Amino acid sequence: MSKFEPKIVGFLCRWCAYTGADLAGTSRIKYPPNVNPIRVNCSGRVDPTLVLKALTIGADGVLIAGCHPGDCHYTSGNVKTLRRFKLLQKMLDQFGIERERVRLEWVSASEGERYARIVEQMTEEIRQLGPLGWKAKMEALA
Amino acid sequence: MTEKIGVYVCHCGTNIARVVDCKSVAEYAKTLPNVTVARDYQYTCSDPGQEMIRKDIQELELTRVVVASCSPLMHEPTFRRTVQDAGLNPFLFQMANIREQCSWITDNKELATDRAKAIVRAAVSRVNFNEPLEVKRVPMNPDVLIVGGGITGIEAALQIADSGKKVYLVEKEPTIGGYMARFDKTFPTLDCAACILTPKMVSVGQHKNIELMSYSDVVDFSGYVGNFKARIRKRPRYVDEEKCTGCGQCEQKCPLSVPSEFDCGLGKRKAIYRPFPQAVPSTPVIDREHCLYFTKGVCRVCEKFCPRGAIDFNQEEKTIEVPVGSAILATGSDLFDPSLIKEYGYGRLPNVITSLEFERLTHASGPTGGKIVLKNGKPPESVAIIHCVGSRDTNYNEYCSRVCCMYSLKTAHLVGEKTEARVYEFYIDMRAFGKGYEEFYKRLLEEDVTFIRGRVAEITDVAQKETEKGKLIAVAEDTLLGMVRRIPVDMVILSLGLTPRNDAIEVARTFSISRSKDGFFLEKHPKLAPVSTAADGIFVAGACQGPKDIPDSVAQGAAAAANVLSLIDRKEVELEPTIATINEEACSGCRICISLCPYHAITHDEERRIAVITEALCKGCGVCIAACPSGAIEQQNFTNRQLFAEVEAVCS
Repeated sequence: MSKFEPKIVGFLCRWCAYTGADLAGTSRIKYPPNVNPIRVNCSGRVDPTLVLKALTIGADGVLIAGCHPGDCHYTSGNVKTLRRFKLLQKMLDQFGIERERVRLEWVSASEGERYARIVEQMTEEIRQLGPLGWKAKMEALA
Repeated sequence: MTEKIGVYVCHCGTNIARVVDCKSVAEYAKTLPNVTVARDYQYTCSDPGQEMIRKDIQELELTRVVVASCSPLMHEPTFRRTVQDAGLNPFLFQMANIREQCSWITDNKELATDRAKAIVRAAVSRVNFNEPLEVKRVPMNPDVLIVGGGITGIEAALQIADSGKKVYLVEKEPTIGGYMARFDKTFPTLDCAACILTPKMVSVGQHKNIELMSYSDVVDFSGYVGNFKARIRKRPRYVDEEKCTGCGQCEQKCPLSVPSEFDCGLGKRKAIYRPFPQAVPSTPVIDREHCLYFTKGVCRVCEKFCPRGAIDFNQEEKTIEVPVGSAILATGSDLFDPSLIKEYGYGRLPNVITSLEFERLTHASGPTGGKIVLKNGKPPESVAIIHCVGSRDTNYNEYCSRVCCMYSLKTAHLVGEKTEARVYEFYIDMRAFGKGYEEFYKRLLEEDVTFIRGRVAEITDVAQKETEKGKLIAVAEDTLLGMVRRIPVDMVILSLGLTPRNDAIEVARTFSISRSKDGFFLEKHPKLAPVSTAADGIFVAGACQGPKDIPDSVAQGAAAAANVLSLIDRKEVELEPTIATINEEACSGCRICISLCPYHAITHDEERRIAVITEALCKGCGVCIAACPSGAIEQQNFTNRQLFAEVEAVCS
């Protein structure tokens, strides 16, 4: 059987995390290509329903990445993301979804290495957890 | 209407094609709904590549275009122009990044190709829902804010002001001039620093287009390119700048002397002072912490002797707001703190001094009148100069500070010129890369300086031999001889590296720009946009972006000025239309969004009981959209439909 390759959706803010992820590539840092990046202006734009939607239709994990607290291009968008994320985590607990599957991380525009290591670690953790399989569960319910 | 989508998969030479099977990605794209044409191409950004897209748009009547190539931060503007040239709205274009976040991160061809397909699938799915948008044009305020009055800021200010534009130059010290004002000679020409700097300082002070705000700092910076607002705090000098003629009577009469910061504490200044005689502005400052009137309530001697009645003990801090269209940060760097390297004994061994202290010693108007002397007043018989203090050392800073090799050579030359001392230079590698620098090194090789290749491990005053008694001993492994050497000297000069300013993090936050890993300000592109930042209209120049010598700093100051002038001459700036809009019918008037907006761009219309967005204030972060319980807010070019389409495509 081939190795399970987790499917991870990444919401990256354009100022810090997306630029940092670009830097990882420009620096040719190798990491697992399991995150499908979606660019947003600010992590604060990430509506929790986007995260839940991703999990219900086939994603094994979701990464939200923004600027470090205090460095937000929009002053405080990332702080609002953090608050929402705390609530989202409670919701995930209630759904029985492991917390490791949805991560909020701060990655600055110069932290290519950090971004690569986060993705590496997250991919490995989710690989250990196995597929989320919510799509099948939802279909069985329907 | 069914869309007709064109998909272009770029090989980027071998950058993408090395691991991504671009042909199969293009073949795959053809199978996606609404895709009319999909091609792979060597270099899509080349002229023929762009022409191919334009031709397809016209001949196949494409309504949407996806280019799968590099990061949108790289070529999104290029391809938006391409589709616009062919008559398509630029926002009906979507970029799929299969290079920076795909081909460059893995060697696994199968995974990379799968991943590229998913990224293209997401872009195609999304582009179906892209909407034509109009770029907003707003007038460009031609006034410029420059922060930092060192040589970089001075150069930028003069270039801009000479072209007839207004400059607000903010300097936190009482005078402009920066580090260069404290240097004696400059390498490799040995020009006198003051001789070439002070005329420029005077020009700044007298320029009708430059409003110099010294002893001031920027406390807040808001707005967007073309229309920023800077809040500047002017600290009180307690001397009226309008009335003061800079005669210097007050300084002479002031009874209190304290160590001078300008002279690194080696000399004295008065409690009312100008850092140095050629200071610009020439108005002195009263040091509130030491002034006898402020500390003990007595004295006021300066007030008595001022012939113009310019002393004003009641002056208060003032904050003013100025509208500007662009800003240049030229805030410079700090020097590495040598007390962190305990084994060099700085602060413990009196004759271990820093390179800046040496500059003040050798400066004609410095505390010793230009004499290079030990703490006991005698000239040294031997001097060791230590390179790379705090640089090229993973314990402190990994980077090379770029200036220390050359100024160390200059130091050696000046010691040789002014004293009889034997000079030893301890270096790791000699980096003499600039114009005339290698020649200067050659000259020093002939000036009887002893060069020892090796990092100094320790400076000690513990003698092991008779000849070491009463000396400082520099212990280093001579890597050319392959042995440890102990060199007894009278004076040790530490060639300090450059570090980010201690307030760099606050300044970066005030201006919403990023810093690189080493803590200096981050430029937009290290090669192609070295003075731009990710924030439109905000530029960086000089040592605040990374260690730089005077020629490079001046070049960057002028470069930033050219960037600003080019922006001003466009008269108007284009703004990304990624702003939020409210669906009035869906809005319940709950006001949740209002408290979240960091720009106060949303207000509540009491009459209609709905939220209203002021377009000009919205910066497009999208925080309100994620919070709206009714889903009544949308962000242009980041609509829910567009983002969900991407999510659905990558998960399928």
